[in-house]
Amino acid sequence: MRTKKTFLALTAAAALGLAAAGAAEAQDDPTKACFIYVGPIGDFGWSYQHHQGLLQVEEELGDAVETAYLESVPEGADAERAIERFARSGCDIIFTTSFGYMDPTNKVAAKFPDVKFEHATGYKREHPNVATYNSRFHEGRYIQGVIAARMSEAGVAGYIGSFPIPEVVMGINAFVLGAQSVNPDFKVKVVWANTWFDPGKEADAAKALIDQGVDIMTQHTDSTAPMQVAAERGIKAFGQASDMIEFGPETQLTAIVDDWGPYYVERVKAVREGTWEQIDIWAGLAEGHVVMAPYTNMPDDVKALAEETEEKIRSGAFNPFTGPINKQDGTPWLAEGKVADDGTLLGMNFYVEGVDDQLPN
Amino acid sequence: MRVELVKRPQQSALFSALSPFIALLLTLLAGAVMFLFLGKNPADALYYFFIEPLLETWSLHELAVKAAPLILIGVGLSICYLSNNWNIGAEGQFIIGAIAGSILPVAFPGFQSPIVLPLMLLMGIVGGAAYAGIPAWLKARFGTNEILTSLMLVYVAQLFLDWLVRGPWRNPEGFNFPETRNFHAYAVLPEIWPASGRAHWGFVFAILAALVLWFVLSRTLKGFEVKLIGQSPRAGRFAGFSRSRMIIFAFLVSGALAGLAGISEVSGAIGQLRPAISPGYGFTAIIVAFLGRLNPLGIIAAGLVLALSYLGGEAAQISIGVSDKVARAFQGMLLFFVLACDTLIHYRIRISRRVVAAKPIKAPAGHA
Repeated sequence: MRTKKTFLALTAAAALGLAAAGAAEAQDDPTKACFIYVGPIGDFGWSYQHHQGLLQVEEELGDAVETAYLESVPEGADAERAIERFARSGCDIIFTTSFGYMDPTNKVAAKFPDVKFEHATGYKREHPNVATYNSRFHEGRYIQGVIAARMSEAGVAGYIGSFPIPEVVMGINAFVLGAQSVNPDFKVKVVWANTWFDPGKEADAAKALIDQGVDIMTQHTDSTAPMQVAAERGIKAFGQASDMIEFGPETQLTAIVDDWGPYYVERVKAVREGTWEQIDIWAGLAEGHVVMAPYTNMPDDVKALAEETEEKIRSGAFNPFTGPINKQDGTPWLAEGKVADDGTLLGMNFYVEGVDDQLPN
Repeated sequence: MRVELVKRPQQSALFSALSPFIALLLTLLAGAVMFLFLGKNPADALYYFFIEPLLETWSLHELAVKAAPLILIGVGLSICYLSNNWNIGAEGQFIIGAIAGSILPVAFPGFQSPIVLPLMLLMGIVGGAAYAGIPAWLKARFGTNEILTSLMLVYVAQLFLDWLVRGPWRNPEGFNFPETRNFHAYAVLPEIWPASGRAHWGFVFAILAALVLWFVLSRTLKGFEVKLIGQSPRAGRFAGFSRSRMIIFAFLVSGALAGLAGISEVSGAIGQLRPAISPGYGFTAIIVAFLGRLNPLGIIAAGLVLALSYLGGEAAQISIGVSDKVARAFQGMLLFFVLACDTLIHYRIRISRRVVAAKPIKAPAGHA
């Protein structure tokens, strides 16, 4: 498909050149945008959503852009080669979409100062041609917590974590805080799958949690397996990264949808126009980078509460991490009315009260 | 009607030598059919898969990075397989070598000196050899099945590494991500020719190891002993060679080379320990060893071919958009055709039209 597209673009450019008969300047080469995914684009979660972003770039920029992607690239020695291959193959901007690509991205960026690199969810920008971007998924997690506490009869939700990195811990905490705003005794059980994408392991984790008595399932892993297990066992669940309603029409309450498209379009355009600059962006509901899937399978009053919470966060009237908040062991962390700053959140390595798990260390 | 395999009284020397090439050719043909079914132009696809990665210097470097562990492990395995010792656990020996070699930079990051790297390589070799020594000793002492013990020790090694990088060896500045600290400058295996790509000295070790083992196997008494015991343990005993000492020798050599491959990979290509440091090199090296006819020089070529299949998979994914699973399919087909060709060299097919009702159908004895 891509070769065909290039061919078409070339034909078009040639035709244009002929028509203009040398009077006008030849059309610019298309900007080449390249994407590296940690999972398969068919995961219907994280990588799938990034790929949706790629498709949006193709759609909006048309012939001005050429795209390429690599899926299921393992974090580690292979990532560096994959990124370097892209850099050498004429990519103008490369999006590396997993935390584990952080060091390889910076290593390759040092060798190719003219190529722009965009690393998702990382914090290292060692060279001027590396930008980082991430989304405030925890805003959606807070809303999910609110819904979970209203919908759960057991008062316990299950949470499938990937790796105990700050990003994930922050999500668990936001979920618990949302739930406790409704039911102060609400508990969350956590199982670490230690993978971003492994339908088998994720399904096992979901089953183990359900056997421990949770009646709401949420996940920070990328496959639809937990949703499907929840549907089989007749409990409710939240989708992750993409709208997973097809996998649980009677199960999904809502989903946090990562909408990378607008950002990708903006950044590729910036490269094209020569206005690209290094940034570190962390946007959420307000900017439309985090979108909530329709609130389904819940009574109207719960839905109304969810919508109200979403609006409060979107408008900036409320921040999920607003004190008073205690750490898991009961020691105070945030005083009444105080709001956690971004730096603290991005390095978060402790649970708040109400998480029924020991953070691995 | 039934199909039988009948052992040939004599094997064709010509076809024995040609067999890997026939297998390669059949793999290419089957690959072309596969691409056709995927709706891609087979000529384009094969070009991107097998030719394009060879056209650029940096890509050749990547080929060397990928081939180094395959060759190192493969030549070690050839000693084992020639002497009739079925070491399936090279993946585990690779991992333990990597762990043992990483003790200095991870647990003692303050110890920085030019001596660190040689010590790391040595510890990697010793670690891999010691780990291979377990199934060897069990076989020599108790006659346990080394296929099972060596294979199961792979899982032990993988879980041990997993535990280390999530627990005691986790990078204190790594935001809880399961990986160790990055190796300091003295602990990094240098690149051979940094200006043009990132191939590291592991590839040189691989070529040296292959040359040394080729010499040992073809020109020394030890090599004769390896092959004699492998082909006929009885004749070996009459010649005064000890079977148990050969078991230990073969496993130690093979484990040492797998361990060297492990520490070279970690120190040269990755720069830290992670939960998964090998995409199955220890198992792919089994294909490499057989594709190379258990001859160290052949194994160099076979290692490069298999490495190419990894790179080609990536290149084909970028250029024509086929799935990354195609590389795996190629490797599977290659092994299948290698074994099929070998089988047909040793056996011929007999189709008997007579229906034999009373006789139970016996599976043909496999040739491994």
